Amino acid sequence: MATARCQPGDWIDVERVLLEVDERAANLPEDTAKKPLRIWVKGFAEEAADIGDEVTVVTTTGRRVTGRLSEVNPGYNHTFGRPIPELAHVGVDLRARIEAYRAGGE
Amino acid sequence: MVSRTEAILARKGEIMLRALGMDYEQFERSPIAFDYEAMMAAHGYTLDDIVGIQAAGGVGGTPLLELKNLTDLVRSISEPGHGARIFVKDEAANMAGSFKDRRASMSIHVAREKGYAGVIAATSGNYGAAVASQAARAGLKCIICQETFDSRHVGQPEIVEKSRICEAFGAEVVQMTVGPELFSHMLELLDETGYFAASLYSSFGVSGIETLGLEIAEEMLARTGAHPTAVVITHAGGGNTTGTARGLKRAGATDTEIISASVDLTGLHMASDTDFNRKSFTTGHTGFGVPFATWPDRADVPRNAARSLRYMDRYLTVTQGEVFYVTEAMAKLEGLERGPAGNTAMTAAIALAREMPCDATVVVQETEYTGAGKHHWAQLNFAKEQGVEVRAGEPRENKPGTVIVIPERPEQIHATDFDLDRLRRSYIRNALSHAPEGYEPTSEDIEFLAADTNSDSTSVETAIAELREA
Repeated sequence: MATARCQPGDWIDVERVLLEVDERAANLPEDTAKKPLRIWVKGFAEEAADIGDEVTVVTTTGRRVTGRLSEVNPGYNHTFGRPIPELAHVGVDLRARIEAYRAGGE
Repeated sequence: MVSRTEAILARKGEIMLRALGMDYEQFERSPIAFDYEAMMAAHGYTLDDIVGIQAAGGVGGTPLLELKNLTDLVRSISEPGHGARIFVKDEAANMAGSFKDRRASMSIHVAREKGYAGVIAATSGNYGAAVASQAARAGLKCIICQETFDSRHVGQPEIVEKSRICEAFGAEVVQMTVGPELFSHMLELLDETGYFAASLYSSFGVSGIETLGLEIAEEMLARTGAHPTAVVITHAGGGNTTGTARGLKRAGATDTEIISASVDLTGLHMASDTDFNRKSFTTGHTGFGVPFATWPDRADVPRNAARSLRYMDRYLTVTQGEVFYVTEAMAKLEGLERGPAGNTAMTAAIALAREMPCDATVVVQETEYTGAGKHHWAQLNFAKEQGVEVRAGEPRENKPGTVIVIPERPEQIHATDFDLDRLRRSYIRNALSHAPEGYEPTSEDIEFLAADTNSDSTSVETAIAELREA
């Protein structure tokens, strides 16, 4: 269960702005140039903090990175999702084609 | 005032020299030419050495599978006597699930031999998983820099899965929003940590792929009595084409046709925050394939070891919908549930095999792992959520970022030849534009450009003359 506060030693995700809009590279497309470049890094919290507070983490390589607390014990929520109706027929259709081709004695 | 990005980029040469442990200056011959083969050989490892290093790392020796059901499907829609035998090298069987393990195994071996404490790579793809996995085995620390999110903090699900797998192997993952400054941040991290730059484009990494070409040549010879007629290679940054082709040639398969294939993402901008989550493919597409073929030295090393134009005999493009259709078909017909990257080449191979005689052979030289986020259903569901239309119909109506059209029948699968001469001219224009103003190419430069574009001196001279007239 997600919590809004971390304790020292908790595995957390911190966010910070790496480059403000006026520090970004030249020749970016307009939509990208209008946004700051943000980064997220995970590590073990050095102190207690609430979501949005500045906090320092120690990453798995031992680096210390300071940013705003983004999430405590961050998880992974990517999935497969539902079957795609436009692909539902593919297996049955192609197996039938192969069967018909082989029955034709080729 | 010098910005933070400009300040670090100004120190690029110094940082990369320390982080690669190799001085590229020794290979430079002129403002245009460099000694490519000397650079590739400078690490001193023979192909046998590399095979041994990879075997110790759990990499290589993947199954070569003949796809008899797919071959019969192709024959059922081909003219009589046509429909080449189709094979696939199941690279998903490598430690971290893709051919990228071959690249990573060499980079990590070199990093350990040279005494670096850790490695850093900038990659949103399978290479991150490969580096993290090999680094874990070698006891090295590892940082992977990824372009993961758009400015809304919405992650591309395939890249989110890559974050997960890198973290599963103990790597620190730096997740970023869209932008080429990923590279300058990687330089900052190399500078801060003193770690090795496990670049995708170093000679170590690209040499590691040569074993894939070697295995294909040897195994096909043993299985069919001949080297493959054609090998189809999913093409992005160029390492896959370069390494595989070099390995095939070193194994004596000099007549095998080298065919690169990419998903056509025409119309989408690779650095656009809004296009980022509308691509539905994170690699193997023309957004990398074309710029890296026409200017390989845009990479993070002084000279890119991946020089695909040297080796390509043809470059084919396929549509997003066709690749998703073939990915579904591979699972249902061959029991191979794999990711879309290798299936890009598979899609092109189906179109090619139809035009080839029955006794010809086509090898698709990689598969990649799939799973939550990477799976083609995940990508299509995500595309719909981003407002991209998904429908069945005629694949030629596919429009990247707007509509993904899934074929209704296998007869609709088609590969389009990209004009290689256009790519060659574009490469030559880029090479000339990187030389000082007014520089006159020497005969050595012309020879280099001919080799680097797999053409001849006359063609290069004609192209230069045309560029000057234009």
